[in-house]
Amino acid sequence: MRRRLATGLAAVAAAAAMTACGSSGSATSTSGGGGALVVSAASSLTGAFTQLGRTFDGGGAVRFSFAGSDQLAAQIRQGVKPDVFAAANTRLPDALHRAGLVGRPVVFAGNRLVLAVPAGSTKVRGVADLAKAGVTIAIGSASVPIGAYTRTVLARLGTARAHAVLANVRSEEPDVKGIVGKLAEGAIDAGFVYVTDVDATGGKLRAIELPAALQPSVAYGVAVVAGAPHSQAARRFVATLLHGAGAADLRAAGFEPPPGR
Amino acid sequence: MSRAGWFPALLGLALAVTLAFLTLPVIAIFVHRSPGQLVAALGDPGALDALRLSLETTTLAVGVIALVGTPAAYLLATRAFRGRAVVVTLLELPLVLPPAVAGIGLLAALGPQGLLGGALRDTGIQLVLQTAGVVVALIFVSAPFHLRAAQSAFGAVETSWREASRTLGAGEARTFARVVVPAAAPGLAAGLALAWGRALGEFGATLMFAGSFQGITQTAPLAIYADFATNFDGALALSAVLVAVAGALLLTTKLLVRDALARA
Repeated sequence: MRRRLATGLAAVAAAAAMTACGSSGSATSTSGGGGALVVSAASSLTGAFTQLGRTFDGGGAVRFSFAGSDQLAAQIRQGVKPDVFAAANTRLPDALHRAGLVGRPVVFAGNRLVLAVPAGSTKVRGVADLAKAGVTIAIGSASVPIGAYTRTVLARLGTARAHAVLANVRSEEPDVKGIVGKLAEGAIDAGFVYVTDVDATGGKLRAIELPAALQPSVAYGVAVVAGAPHSQAARRFVATLLHGAGAADLRAAGFEPPPGR
Repeated sequence: MSRAGWFPALLGLALAVTLAFLTLPVIAIFVHRSPGQLVAALGDPGALDALRLSLETTTLAVGVIALVGTPAAYLLATRAFRGRAVVVTLLELPLVLPPAVAGIGLLAALGPQGLLGGALRDTGIQLVLQTAGVVVALIFVSAPFHLRAAQSAFGAVETSWREASRTLGAGEARTFARVVVPAAAPGLAAGLALAWGRALGEFGATLMFAGSFQGITQTAPLAIYADFATNFDGALALSAVLVAVAGALLLTTKLLVRDALARA
């Protein structure tokens, strides 16, 4: 009996191993959700896209995956296949396009970086205060777009001031949600986020505009993923971001028209 | 195969599927890149900082858990009192809480605007975005593992040993230190090893409560998440180290428990 079990087990294990080998060569993709259109989008698009998802008619349900643009791009590089990739910059969709992983990206929205502070706080009144001793700041990590834009702003302050500001950084967050959350909880005094993130908190945070000379050009790029399971609906989704209800939802959430148009 | 053979075959199939499913991701971490590439990726200063910080914070957390949790578990294991079941349940609750809930809870309790935020500020204690905050988050999520193991370890110590010790004139404190703790040592160590493993893997509560900053609050799991997008090899290498350490802790636990059972 015991022996028969062992043989049976070995046979089954061998069969399982063979099946595993057979499928591992073909870079299995995750289409996810069967009929649903899957949109991987930057955290900062959470409000606007969720609103759009309620009205968008793509012939089926829409599912969003919101995270740092860099994390979503890395997932696509690892073989995850959403239908649409919408990033808070143009660099990541461009790089994925060059790698043949997504179609040609288009710029669909612009945004502004602001210095956000808790609504009632007067500790930080402007960029100059960020270098003061005792001020605590959170920024995006270097790989996520918000963090890259923030580093552009800091570089424009000059080396000495940038160093002084960086010395007050207490957390490098993986996406804007982390920065907004820590500001709302009063865990930090100030953080660089998009103006749309401040609007979305409904008054919990206050935005301090950056001087024009410091403001980076923030452009959001979107592309249909190569081999998208729902490519037709995906193209319709991209189209509505440019001209239709999607564009209206983006403006309502405070996003600017694509820069340079 | 006879008619009776299908059931063992089914069991074997279930085991094979389970084994393949649970070990494949772990194996993949080690074979996705060559060992040389993994070791080279560990040379990154960010990775080394993260490992050092993980070692420091988990050691501190496990130390606190051992010092405070062990006597608390002893009380629970040796005294019957009204509401004991409620207390035990409350202490075990963090075991089943999602880490994000732990993070929110810690912010709501100990954050600057939390229940005790003002009191902490008055005493000059800073936790949020500090290494101390990481330790607090680790203690919260991992202490229940030790509390559980320690209670059953103390429960398994023969009551007659304690009574004999008391009869021979030793006070309760002396009995606890000289008789009960040595007798329960394997079980206690197993509990601490489990708590250590859980602390080592902590992610969500740490990110929400303590943030992520290299050398200060970015433990190995946070560094893996930060590296995932831009430095997949580095993330794999750190993961491999965590798998190895977690495996060693689990093995230690198994051996200690077996030892304890053999003694009993």
